[in-house]
Amino acid sequence: MSQHLPVLQVVVPLLAAPLAALVRRPRLSWLVAFLAALWAFGVAVALLHHVLSVGPISYHIGDWAPPWGIEYRVDQVNAFVLLIVSGIAAVVLPYARASVEWEIENERIPLFYTALILCMTGLLGISVTGDVFNVFVFLEISSLSAYALIAMGQDRRALTAAYQYLIMGSVGATFIVIGIGLMYVMTGTLNMADLAQRLPAMEANRTIPVAFAFLTVGISLKLALFPLHLWLPNAYAYAPSTVTSFIASTATKVAVYMLLRFVFTVFGAAFSFDVMNIDRILTPLALAAIVFMSLSAIYQPNVKRLLAYSSVAQIGYMVLGISLASVFGVAAGILHLFNHALIKGALFMAMGCVMYRVGSVRIEAMAGLGRTMPFTMAAFVIGGLSLIGVPLTVGFISKLYLVRAALEQGMWPVAVLVLVGSLLAVIYVWKVVEVAYFRQPIGDGSIREAPLSLLLPTWVLVLANIWFGVDAKLTAGVAIRAAQTLLGVGS
Amino acid sequence: MTPSVLVGLAVALPLVGAGLVLALGKWPNAREGATLVTGVALFATVMGLLGPVRSGLRPSLTLVEVVPGLKLGFQAEPLGLLFALVASFLWVVTSLYSIGYMRGHHEEHQTRFYAFFAFSIASAMGVAFSANLFTLFAFYEALTLCTFPLVTHHGTEEARKAGRVYLGILLTTSVAFQLLAIIWTWQLAGTLDFRPGGILAGTASKGVLSVLLALFVFGVGKAAVMPFHRWLPAAMVAPTPVSALLHAVAVVKAGVFTILKVSVYVFGLDVLGTLAATPWLAWAAAATIILASLVAFTKDNLKARLAYSTISQLSYIVLGALLANRWGIIGGGMHIAMHAFGKITLFFGAGAVLVATHETEISRMHGLGRTMPITFGAFFVGALSIVGVPPAGGAWSKWFLGLGTLEAGQIWLLAVLMLSSLLTLVYLLEVPARAFFGKPAEGRAPVEGIHEAPWPSVLALTITAVATVILFVHPGPVFDLVSLVVPK
Repeated sequence: MSQHLPVLQVVVPLLAAPLAALVRRPRLSWLVAFLAALWAFGVAVALLHHVLSVGPISYHIGDWAPPWGIEYRVDQVNAFVLLIVSGIAAVVLPYARASVEWEIENERIPLFYTALILCMTGLLGISVTGDVFNVFVFLEISSLSAYALIAMGQDRRALTAAYQYLIMGSVGATFIVIGIGLMYVMTGTLNMADLAQRLPAMEANRTIPVAFAFLTVGISLKLALFPLHLWLPNAYAYAPSTVTSFIASTATKVAVYMLLRFVFTVFGAAFSFDVMNIDRILTPLALAAIVFMSLSAIYQPNVKRLLAYSSVAQIGYMVLGISLASVFGVAAGILHLFNHALIKGALFMAMGCVMYRVGSVRIEAMAGLGRTMPFTMAAFVIGGLSLIGVPLTVGFISKLYLVRAALEQGMWPVAVLVLVGSLLAVIYVWKVVEVAYFRQPIGDGSIREAPLSLLLPTWVLVLANIWFGVDAKLTAGVAIRAAQTLLGVGS
Repeated sequence: MTPSVLVGLAVALPLVGAGLVLALGKWPNAREGATLVTGVALFATVMGLLGPVRSGLRPSLTLVEVVPGLKLGFQAEPLGLLFALVASFLWVVTSLYSIGYMRGHHEEHQTRFYAFFAFSIASAMGVAFSANLFTLFAFYEALTLCTFPLVTHHGTEEARKAGRVYLGILLTTSVAFQLLAIIWTWQLAGTLDFRPGGILAGTASKGVLSVLLALFVFGVGKAAVMPFHRWLPAAMVAPTPVSALLHAVAVVKAGVFTILKVSVYVFGLDVLGTLAATPWLAWAAAATIILASLVAFTKDNLKARLAYSTISQLSYIVLGALLANRWGIIGGGMHIAMHAFGKITLFFGAGAVLVATHETEISRMHGLGRTMPITFGAFFVGALSIVGVPPAGGAWSKWFLGLGTLEAGQIWLLAVLMLSSLLTLVYLLEVPARAFFGKPAEGRAPVEGIHEAPWPSVLALTITAVATVILFVHPGPVFDLVSLVVPK
């Protein structure tokens, strides 16, 4: 069975999705979703272990040899992404049970979990496949389910947020499929490895740069690269707590992975950076994201929205690392994929705890929570420190590699801007902390600490923030090897 | 116990102490007992390292390799040991003082106070014994964050604003300048370990190293070189024991200690002496010495005046490091100890006056010397040490700093030191002079109602005042320890 792991990563959750709808009972559908996520996590761990100890895996669906059949290909890069997606799902689902029962009507809960598993399946599929059209198919699966999930938010504005995301996301997906189509027309193949071999011979043809442009713009929309981020703040702010925690930690990360795959594996670093000069676009946009989006975050009155703007800034860090096109830079980007998933997962889950007890996540609503919900707010503080990049948290490790990569190329203004982004993060995190710890509690004193089923998963992620910040050999090691694989340099 | 274990224990003990404080929160006597016992145990532990370090050993302990090439580890070397000895000894004395102060002044949230105090000491120990720049930075930031709840202890609007300034300046300088310098050093030298002779020699042009040095000097905000000094007066909103131990000893000394360490073990004195930026930065420190003394004149609030005095005195140590010669380092290193004992005595005095009379302004302290003779007597001795005249320990460190300026051929810097001593003499001795010879201020409660502060506080400030005199008579141990840092 072990050789079938790549396909089992996707097929089992895909089958679990309709099952969750069919069982119709909220608790039972939750259990199906939870088991699917646990399964996916187990498979991802096994895959990463196999890739690190043996080497990349190539799996042929239905035994059709590539490039005719669909190939699932797992190397250090996507094994890591699979781990992030399934790991976050496995932590979010125990949290979901109580939070979802409170936020979503009973009869819709089975459908909610169906959509959630589908979304996870789509994200896992994008990561695992070695076929570009397959990427598009899974992208649509994850996107459509994400629109539905966001629309289920309590606030009526969730509907417009989902609609906004639907429009922007569809534009992005269309651009991606146009790019894929152009490549197929020119090369007659959809297999990534095969494309990588055939494309260099056709670089002179105008169609290939056009395909490249469509793909990068489409992917940039999906990963919310500034200024294509407009869908993200509302979607994160008004979605149910569980959905925000899951999507914020995974969806944009998988889109960043797509960028890595297309830029480095399919088109190759030489074409992307030397011919297309993609760094001349990505570096300024990433820096603009870091500075302007951090500034915007400071002025948000709603903490989930504040964290959403912070996410756009953090995506800037990842894209910045990639745009440096060095081993350290790309490794910093990949490392931040993982680290930021832990950071934002923890922060959004802490906000879910607040939503559960207080019913609002506006900054004023945090007044006095340092006393009434000490464990929730302690989780927020530690998550916030990690976001700022205090030593011995994961956020520090990301910045360490990113700044070093920038200095390595003599780009010290870039290094300074990265650190300025950290300082802006201090301001927006501390705004919340001050209200929580220095203001008197409002209301009749009925606010209690969140239940354990919400707190425990939150603290799992909080402790992971510290664990992987103190001992980052595994994550940094994998990121470096993944970067070497992508850049095609020996280890 | 092997010396390596002692190094780890020195960082771990205050953490255990913090745990005990939290566990015993409901029984104040047991809680303060736990703090005192932990303090004594910590001092004994650090003392246990003195023998091995003096005999030439450098006990070290690596906890974990964070990423390849970057370790979280500790090492005991003479300079760090001196800092740890001073901080751990004064923690015991301050805890004694706190018992009198916090109860006498009816402060709230005392469990939180003692717990974060212990966390801060653990961070200071981590800074003192750090084996590389990464570890140092980690504990440096931890120290900032652990002292924040102490600075904002009263939770008032004023405390919140002061907390913003405190955190704002310390985090901004450390992230924007110091962290940049550290990663840059890592990229240039390929290591962040502290090594005798430095790690940067020959890795980059003198221009780059000059920039790096400036980033370190201004990036270590805790050294309070102007214009990044505003956080220190802001921190005075904290209860007096915090100002005394943390903002005269542990936190600020962590800053100047970092600069000394970077000078000796990262740049190396040979490289330091050749950089164009070194004399310029020394003049920045000299400007801070004079300007802070002048500002101190204008402050009528006693704690504010002491804060500006601290800013001025810290730059003596920065200046000592930037003289880039043996006497400068010895003088600067000794001043860590001498200034600590002198200044903590002054803060203890300020707090004792506050508890006994609720007075904070110098102009309202006329005549108090007659009712609080021990407090103001100790204040007088502490002030002499800060000025740098016998019979107080401060005389020695200033002597060696003066030698350092001559060795560097900077006669004008010597003039700055002299002038500043003169200024200090006037603005500090004004306080005991008014207290002993002035007439009681009008409108104050009758003198009969006023007596000395609670006995633990008086005992504490007596201990530190006596220690100041002892350091003048027996400076040998401190001198010997510091001269190990810069062997001939």
